[in-house]
Amino acid sequence: MALSASKLKVGDTHSARLVEDLKRTQIVQYAGASGDYNPLHTDEVFTTKVAGYPSVFAHGMLTMGMTGKMLTDYVGDARLTKFGVRFTNQVWPGDTLDSTATVKAINGDLVELDVETTNQDGVVVVSGYAEARVDP
Amino acid sequence: MAAKTFPVEAGHIMMFARSVGDDNQVYYDADYAKTTEAKGIIAPPTFAQSSAQFDPNYGLRPKIGQPWFGSGKNPTGIVREPGGGGGGGGGGLHAEQHFEYHRHLKPGDVLTAETKPGKTWEKESKRAGKLVFSESVTEYRDQNGELVITARGVGVRTERPVDAKA
Repeated sequence: MALSASKLKVGDTHSARLVEDLKRTQIVQYAGASGDYNPLHTDEVFTTKVAGYPSVFAHGMLTMGMTGKMLTDYVGDARLTKFGVRFTNQVWPGDTLDSTATVKAINGDLVELDVETTNQDGVVVVSGYAEARVDP
Repeated sequence: MAAKTFPVEAGHIMMFARSVGDDNQVYYDADYAKTTEAKGIIAPPTFAQSSAQFDPNYGLRPKIGQPWFGSGKNPTGIVREPGGGGGGGGGGLHAEQHFEYHRHLKPGDVLTAETKPGKTWEKESKRAGKLVFSESVTEYRDQNGELVITARGVGVRTERPVDAKA
């Protein structure tokens, strides 16, 4: 269901759990679907021994994609007009992510949202914005 | 670095939605999708990123008959200069991604993508040393030449691996 401008107010929030205990296999699944086979995301040997990270980590775009579900569940199908993020911290296997959209402004038939996804330690992993069409 | 043509396919949309943990039927069930405002299957908001599948020169996909920098017998199949492409120290990471939707993608669309380089800038970071950021803007047009998605990505090359935040 789409949102209605008359029922929204600045500061309203919508939150959702994106993933609990992120599995390496989901990262592999995302690599296959997106076509991004960077070994940093799926190859533990390369990532620990060559790249110098403690383990493989999720594609930023996987976290953005999961964050997108929170947004489209909130604003409705085919309603997004803008969605942008900064990747502020890495997401690791085992992480649990929660995401929140906060109404920043309502301009006619558009709502502007602040978007933030955090891990189980409260560290922000994705920070950004979205804009969506709303009903009157 | 862009796809020549990017055919938007229902099966690909379904697999992509699964991979981001999105079970919304509008991404795989044509009968259900007809009853929604989308009036048919559409693609999830970050789907355009999978245009990498159709980029013949995409560097992060193993290519038949060519060396690959991931592990096999050895931890890497290619010895690289430090700081290059994820091998030997730092490497490239995704810093930002922005999408503007002029309309949402649907199966049957055939997109062409044109990528233009944007700004580059540098920053010093405690967690990863010198950071070099570079921006690119990709315009996705459909089979009628209409602009459907504008995507802006920022990549960052780090001097050394990023320290995990304590």
